[in-house]
Amino acid sequence: MLLASDIQIAQNIGFGIIAAIMILGALNVVRSSNVVHAALSLVAVMAGAAAQYLLLAAEFVAVTQVLVYIGAVMVLFLFGVMLTRAKLGKDVDLNNKGGAAIGAPVALLLFGVMAYVLVKGFEDTKLDPDLLPSTTADLSDKIFSVYALPFWALSFVLLAAVIGAIVLARKD
Amino acid sequence: MLINNFLLLGAVLFCIGVYGVIARKNAVLVLMSIELILNSVNINLLAFDRLWGGQQDGQVFALYIIAVAAAEVGVGLAMVLLIFRNRKTISLDDLSEMKG
Amino acid sequence: MFAEGTEAATHAAGWFLEHAWLIPLIPAVAFFLIIGFGKRMPRGGSEIGIASMLAALVIAAGTAYQWVQRVDAPVSEGELGLSRASFGSARVFSEKAAAEGHEVLPVINSWNWFDIGGLKVSIGSHIDGLAVTLLLLVAFISTLVQIYSTEYVRGDRRYTHFFASITLFSAGMLTMVLAPNMVQFILGWEIMGLCSFLLIGHWWEQKANSEAALKAIWTVRVGDMGLLVGTAVLLGMFGTLEISEINEKAATFAGDNKGMLMFAAIALFIACIGKSGQFPLHTWLPDAMAGPTPVSSLLHSSTMVVAGVFLVARLYPVFHVGLDINLAGQNFNLIAVIGGITVLIAAGLAFVQDDIKKVLAYSTVSQLGYMMLGLGVGAWTGAVFHIFTHAFFKCALFLCAGSIAHTGSHHSFDMKTDMGGLRKKMPVTFVVWILSTLALCGVPFFSGFFSKDEIIDSAKYNDYKVFYFVAIIGEAMTAAYMTRATYLTFFGTARGGAAHFVHGHDAHATDAHAVDAHPVDSHGHDDHDAPVHHSAPLPFAKTDSSWQITIPLLILGVLAVISGYLNAPALGIHWFEHMTESSIGLPIGKGGPFEVPPPPEFTWSAAAPGLVLVLLGFLVSLYLSKAVFGEKKTALQGLTQRNKVLGAGHRFLVNKYYLDTLYEKVIVRSIAHPISRAAYWTNQHVLDGIVNAVGKGGRRTGELVYKYVDQGLVDGAVNGSGATARGAGSALQSVQSGKVNLYGALLFGAAAVGALVLVLVNS
Repeated sequence: MLLASDIQIAQNIGFGIIAAIMILGALNVVRSSNVVHAALSLVAVMAGAAAQYLLLAAEFVAVTQVLVYIGAVMVLFLFGVMLTRAKLGKDVDLNNKGGAAIGAPVALLLFGVMAYVLVKGFEDTKLDPDLLPSTTADLSDKIFSVYALPFWALSFVLLAAVIGAIVLARKD
Repeated sequence: MLINNFLLLGAVLFCIGVYGVIARKNAVLVLMSIELILNSVNINLLAFDRLWGGQQDGQVFALYIIAVAAAEVGVGLAMVLLIFRNRKTISLDDLSEMKG
Repeated sequence: MFAEGTEAATHAAGWFLEHAWLIPLIPAVAFFLIIGFGKRMPRGGSEIGIASMLAALVIAAGTAYQWVQRVDAPVSEGELGLSRASFGSARVFSEKAAAEGHEVLPVINSWNWFDIGGLKVSIGSHIDGLAVTLLLLVAFISTLVQIYSTEYVRGDRRYTHFFASITLFSAGMLTMVLAPNMVQFILGWEIMGLCSFLLIGHWWEQKANSEAALKAIWTVRVGDMGLLVGTAVLLGMFGTLEISEINEKAATFAGDNKGMLMFAAIALFIACIGKSGQFPLHTWLPDAMAGPTPVSSLLHSSTMVVAGVFLVARLYPVFHVGLDINLAGQNFNLIAVIGGITVLIAAGLAFVQDDIKKVLAYSTVSQLGYMMLGLGVGAWTGAVFHIFTHAFFKCALFLCAGSIAHTGSHHSFDMKTDMGGLRKKMPVTFVVWILSTLALCGVPFFSGFFSKDEIIDSAKYNDYKVFYFVAIIGEAMTAAYMTRATYLTFFGTARGGAAHFVHGHDAHATDAHAVDAHPVDSHGHDDHDAPVHHSAPLPFAKTDSSWQITIPLLILGVLAVISGYLNAPALGIHWFEHMTESSIGLPIGKGGPFEVPPPPEFTWSAAAPGLVLVLLGFLVSLYLSKAVFGEKKTALQGLTQRNKVLGAGHRFLVNKYYLDTLYEKVIVRSIAHPISRAAYWTNQHVLDGIVNAVGKGGRRTGELVYKYVDQGLVDGAVNGSGATARGAGSALQSVQSGKVNLYGALLFGAAAVGALVLVLVNS
């Protein structure tokens, strides 16, 4: 039987490729001059994220990511793009004047700090390769027992969001 | 795998998302950048969850984040729509009525 | 203090001698009362003045009486012993007097006035024969003149102040006369000078009067320098300011710095030259006639101008020793020379005066010259007695002149244009005038004869031959100019104002005086604004002046005749000499350089040349006056216009030997003008320059402060704070730009920085 520890190399390579795709996609989101391309790049990022979740043995989360994020949120985004008459094709008016000048340093600074901390903190900490994926049953147990209250709060949030969205967006 | 892989990946995505929030003028694209940020946080959570024995706390949290993000995007886009309907633009520069 | 001395004196001195200090005090208090209350009193303050002078006169008379008693009273040995111990001045006299059994101490009564550096200055009284003479004289004449003034200055615009000044003058002179030390002497001297100034310039609205007053005070001031210098030198030499001690030390002077004593004597004499109108400082006296006639009669004839003579008489040992007055072989000295010159030049000037008061003024100067001459030749008694007699007849003459002006000549003093032929209508004035003139000329058996003759005799006997001739020539000239003045005033035809009086209305009519055809004389007597009621004249002289004028005239006229009999060597009477000789320690026979020769015996043969000349002067002048001023045309009339030499001589005299020109135009102008120009230059350029520079500096500083400190610093700070606030606001404004992206940037940036800080802190 193939143990997880045996396929570390493959996991690393897989991680690397997916990470690269994600990063490229993210960069496209923030630098593309085509709104739709940005949206679709975001889809790619989210798909990559789902793959990463699988690598992290969080199967339910991965599936939920695909279903909710990509299936609903991205569609919502595309609807938003459509309804706000975003210019299809190249749009030169998408970036702030000087936004790069401010954004890059901030981002870089942030990344620097975080990277330094992470490297310093977690140098060679390895994930346990033999960890079995968690089952959905355990997850649901967790949700409805330990984190039941946040669940209910969340349901209210969703309700409020739905009502709010309808109220905001309806034409009177 | 090194945990740092995932953590650094999360950090990169986070920073790219920050860049996007600062640099993008279109409101929808700003929202998209925020999604990036949320996703990076999810990766972080799940990585730590795996690191500390797979207790699924992190997974629960990640699920909740997804749900909230969805709600937030829904309301946010409803607002953007409303703004578009009133101001005929969603460029954040044009929407600002402050002088200077 | 004065305890011991007073004890010795009190034994013999009576109440008046002890309280003689009241004599000047009462008029001084009266002065303040007149100033304070005079205007409200019914007679304008003159009541206070006359009352004070009467009180002073009474006390002076009492003092004189007690002094006479003191001189005549025998002196006990015990007193001599006491006095020897306590009275310095007694030492000189007491030994000699003890030897001769005759000695009179002066009554000195003083209190400590102030101390300066160990020198005690006292104030009080020093009563001896000389002081008593003058006290009585001043008090008496002041009383008469004040009574006279109540009529003469009636209606004057400054009636009260006139009486105040005259009273103050009397107080001042009385202070000086009984001064026991030089400080009080100088005090009285200066008060007199002040009152002279005030009174000469009484009608100061006319410029000539105020100029005359200023001339008087400046000329006398020049002399007063000498007084201060002389006193200082005496203080330095003898270490004392007390007159009795100075006299004692000078009388027994045996030091080797005789030159200093001479210097002091000369310095003091310069003061006398100024005050007593000697040549060359005589020029102020005739101009002083600008004052009202009572002032001229009181100050400038009988009392103030003799202050210089009094000074010499008082400090006679200083002058006698310092100037070698009766040293064997000496036949001239400074005092005699000055006196002699004064006699002659003043007499000369009296010939060309048209103004009756000026004639009398020059006559006064000439007689003062006689007194100085007397002191200069050693005739101390003669000179002092001449002060006494001269006061009466000269005062009488001036009051006559005032009476004429007041009643007879429409307030004019010009003999040629407004007088003449007044003798019938003004009999009292005329008689008094004649009596006084005879006394002045030294006609035998009138008072002036006895006093003048003693001077002349002493000049002859004391080896001052030149001055003998000067004196008798002076006598002749006196007779001559007085004859001229008398003729012009009382004889001949009445002219001008006198014509009005003699032929026109009564002098006492109350209708307004006709407008004077001649301009207001230099006396500036204001015309009466309203008809003034003249008081009643004497019943036997109804056309003459009022009784306030004529009664004093009569009194003085009588005295002009009889006062000489107090000391008549011709008749062997030496009473006055006897009373006053203790002032200089007469009789003195032995010891010390101070030896005043006794007065010579009188013989008619010695007096004869003088008398002949007087008669000659009288006759010649009478003839000339009739010829020049009479009605008949003679060749002599207008002579000075036709003859060049006589004309030049006349002009020379009229211009007062060009002395006034010399003083005013040459000396004063050459000194004063450059000084005043320099002072003006200093004022404009230096002082004003400094002031302007300070002002400019201040303004510049102000400008700088404004520009740099106020505008720059302060405003800068204020503006700066505002600008800072605005700048900060502008800077921070961009934070609230409304740009959401920026908010986001700030948020994440802050988070990044915070994280960095945390990392750095914890690493």
